[in-house]
Amino acid sequence: MNTSNLAEALNLGFEKKAVTHQQKTSLTLDKVNIRYGTFLAVKDISLAIYERQVTAFIGPSGCGKSTVLRSINRMNDMIRGASIVGSVLFNGYDLYAKDVDPVLVRRKIGMVFQKPNPFPKSIYENIAWGARINGFKGDYDELVETSLRSAALWEEVKDKLKQNALRLSGGQQQRLCIARTIAVQPEVILMDEPASALDPIATGKIEELIQELKASYTIIIVTHNMGQASRVSDHTAFFMVDEQKTGYLQEYAPTEQLFLNPRHKKTEEYISGKFG
Amino acid sequence: MQTQSLFGTETDINTLMGKRKRIGLLWKVAFLFSTTLAILFLILLLLTVIDSSFGYVALRNEVEPSSLIAGKKSVKDFSRAELERVAATNLSSGILRRVEYEKPLEQRTGNDLVALLEQYVIKPKVLKTWGLWDSLTHTKAIDEYSRSEEGSYLTFKSWINAEFFLADQSADPLHAGIRTAFLGSLWIILITFLFAFPIGVGSAIYLQEYAQDNRLNRILQLNIFNLSAVPSIIYGLLGLAVFVRAMQSFTSGSMFSSLTDATANGRTILSGGLTLGLLVLPVIIINTQEALKAVPASLRMSSYGVGATKWQTIWHQVLPASGERILTGTILALSRALGETAPLVVIGASTFISVDPTGIFSKFTTLPIQIYQWSARPQGAYRNLAGAAIIALLILLMLMNSTAIYTRDKLAKKKRLES
Repeated sequence: MNTSNLAEALNLGFEKKAVTHQQKTSLTLDKVNIRYGTFLAVKDISLAIYERQVTAFIGPSGCGKSTVLRSINRMNDMIRGASIVGSVLFNGYDLYAKDVDPVLVRRKIGMVFQKPNPFPKSIYENIAWGARINGFKGDYDELVETSLRSAALWEEVKDKLKQNALRLSGGQQQRLCIARTIAVQPEVILMDEPASALDPIATGKIEELIQELKASYTIIIVTHNMGQASRVSDHTAFFMVDEQKTGYLQEYAPTEQLFLNPRHKKTEEYISGKFG
Repeated sequence: MQTQSLFGTETDINTLMGKRKRIGLLWKVAFLFSTTLAILFLILLLLTVIDSSFGYVALRNEVEPSSLIAGKKSVKDFSRAELERVAATNLSSGILRRVEYEKPLEQRTGNDLVALLEQYVIKPKVLKTWGLWDSLTHTKAIDEYSRSEEGSYLTFKSWINAEFFLADQSADPLHAGIRTAFLGSLWIILITFLFAFPIGVGSAIYLQEYAQDNRLNRILQLNIFNLSAVPSIIYGLLGLAVFVRAMQSFTSGSMFSSLTDATANGRTILSGGLTLGLLVLPVIIINTQEALKAVPASLRMSSYGVGATKWQTIWHQVLPASGERILTGTILALSRALGETAPLVVIGASTFISVDPTGIFSKFTTLPIQIYQWSARPQGAYRNLAGAAIIALLILLMLMNSTAIYTRDKLAKKKRLES
């Protein structure tokens, strides 16, 4: 399947210029519908995620942005009664094809959660464990150092690698979680409101980090913070919720365009803080 | 000046505040009362047990030491030579032969000889026993009793002593001990643990982590809850039918070897342990499930997030995080099994047995059965023995429970401060 055509098709006229400057599409969601039991959580989500760019998902509570995010690395499989229709293509492969192992998907598409959740192990083990269970054969010390450096945490923890990760501050824990995700060398990192539990300074550090990570990884970030979306992302998807509480994609555009020149009234109202 | 609002005047607010505080105080007193009552009953229980474990004993000797060696009132006053001579001449030939066979008289220690003479020659008999309270407050009555009985003498005895732990069951209350029952209890608990722990934890992991949420599994879950509430005697009947009768060749060991005790007929430690294992199995399953449920979903998610499989998540993250709870619950369940009497009586545990259990195919008795049996005897001295055995059982239970608490706290601390 030619994904770049689909991506173009999904981005309407005025976005075309921007799209042609993009290199590659990493992920393509095509008419994704997700149900929890009989409840339709999101409907007809179609969008393309670009490689080595930051894409932000914004929208009011309950609009299904986290649901869509979790469907990208098959975390929804863990939720009882969750089912999905439509396709999620990753580098052209359908992630929901029968022969695809969700464990492999999650290794390629890592995830950072809302609340920092390091393993109750040492800092070193937090990084090394994921690599070890995935059969990493290289030098673990080196892996730990590079991962921590990429997450801008090395200088703070290099002298206490054997210390329990739970003793770090919230911001440090979250960067450790990012380092842990990087350590298994994914292509995509999903971030579900990664800074919502952190103070402004820690949030600033995470935002900086996201900018740096962009060079090597495709990043999708769910956020409630409009400022954060505008600061860190290249593309923004705005989700809305209808009367049946079903989420849908209202608008998807390069961030600058969505914030400065939204096409829909709902988008404008939301980003200007009229509701949400 | 009074201010008026929808909450009433200042005075109204103060009156209501007083009332609210009084209601709170009333409840606090009620809670304190129930706690105090519970503690009082516990203390009462302990006092009763302690009361019967110490006290005066009126004894009468069958043969007076003074009739053996003139002028000596106690065997303890005999010299070494006298001890040997008296033993050689006064022990019956059968006993003497056995004693000599075990260890020649000349090689035995003085204390050993004293014990021998007391047991086989002097033969003190218990006339009457008193509890600790009576011994302290009714000394006069006790004295009078002793004087009224020809040839009797008083001695203050601690029924719980070294010999009590080391001696086997005996028809003579002065020499009876709990060694056999104690070893029986330990063996039974070992079998119970080996049987119930792996199966219980295994099924809990399956039910909690793998099983689909469907009707069949919900029924299964409900019935595990029901099973944990089934009276223990029912498990005894089950054990009798299945382990003792149906699986006799297995539980008596005749399937494996012809050298085992043929009189056990399947009423062995193995049967007892398996029966108690069944009894605590639902408790262990439920407890383990609760422990697994308490592991935060975020931990599982983060594990899956770095590409761990389900098994890796369970083994490396979920089990270490819930291990201490699982362990504590298991020890508490085993404590329950340790105190069980009814099911073991039903499957036919021996009530009188003086041979130590040597393995899983031995006949057995346990501490609670021993206590039950002693307290049912008419002679007063056995009730003192029962009291002492209860103390031994309580000590064992307390040891187990404090191990559970200690392990939990230590693991929790280690996890918090892992450096």
